[in-house]
Amino acid sequence: MSLRLYVWQRLTAALMAPLVIVHVAVIFYASRKGLSAADILARTRGSFMWASFYCAFVLAASVHAAIGVREVCSEWSSLSERQSDILGTLLGCSLLVLGLRAVAAVVSP
Amino acid sequence: MAAETIEVSIWRGDAKGRYHDYEVPLRENQTVLDVVTFVQRHIDPTLSYRFSCRVGMCGSCAMTVNGRPRWTCRTHVAKAISRGGLRIGPLENLPVIKDLAADMRPFFDKWQRARGAFVPSRTRADPMARIRPGEAARIAADAAIECINCGICYAACDTVRWNPAYLGPAALNRAWTLLNDERDAANRERLAAVTASGGCQSCHSHQSCQEHCPQGLNPTASIAGLKRRAMQAYLKGELKP
Repeated sequence: MSLRLYVWQRLTAALMAPLVIVHVAVIFYASRKGLSAADILARTRGSFMWASFYCAFVLAASVHAAIGVREVCSEWSSLSERQSDILGTLLGCSLLVLGLRAVAAVVSP
Repeated sequence: MAAETIEVSIWRGDAKGRYHDYEVPLRENQTVLDVVTFVQRHIDPTLSYRFSCRVGMCGSCAMTVNGRPRWTCRTHVAKAISRGGLRIGPLENLPVIKDLAADMRPFFDKWQRARGAFVPSRTRADPMARIRPGEAARIAADAAIECINCGICYAACDTVRWNPAYLGPAALNRAWTLLNDERDAANRERLAAVTASGGCQSCHSHQSCQEHCPQGLNPTASIAGLKRRAMQAYLKGELKP
């Protein structure tokens, strides 16, 4: 792993730490309060705050997971560095597209 | 009545060798090195192994004993024995020369790659540097300075096993002591060397080095220090990967 990837992975981890805590707290809140899907969508649709929150989460998770999987592949499999790079990039792009699509589905008015 | 014995299985040959079984008399306060020496002197004089000081100072007798890298001179049989026997092999993560002698060249090559040699910033004509023992940098260096390069941490390291380019705990630990030595003149180059491919950032912090180090050192903490130093230098633009 290059130092550049290491720094990106650590910075995205630092960003995700508070985001994960808030995300889990929101899940507990929604389930304990018995919020329905309609209740949740009523809160998230058109909300700049939730759009920003989950866009940041998706971006950080995509970069973090892509670097991590790239590293696992290069250390634990017979894939070359180049092949691991490609696999990690593909995974990161997939997570980014799927994640942003999911965010758009809950925040678009 | 026959004397009590132990079953000893010892690696013979190079990387393609295999374990051979021997029966060795059990003695009081016997070390694993005593067992290996008994086999060579009384059973098979062609057995190759390495030792020197026999008191835990030189680090040359490190071997794998029942799956764990150890100084054989400081390991009593009673401590290492498992199911009445010993399985003794060369250090892992290093090429095997013959029997119990591992080729230490990759270990020391990486030590050099990590800029493990001190580079003086003064000449003998200059006054001696005054280093206060209570300074934070000196305390950090002192905590890591007692490494004798036995290679046990290197043999125990999972990251070395998975990533042959990884410099390993001992080389990085050494680099950390020099980074904290204000007399050294090569720390910019050293930080670049320990953050190149296979550098400190490859460490997964499994802490096997700390767990196995017979000196009680904590190379993982030294590597964490290198990571912090590297991160700061990178964010300040002082380090271009």
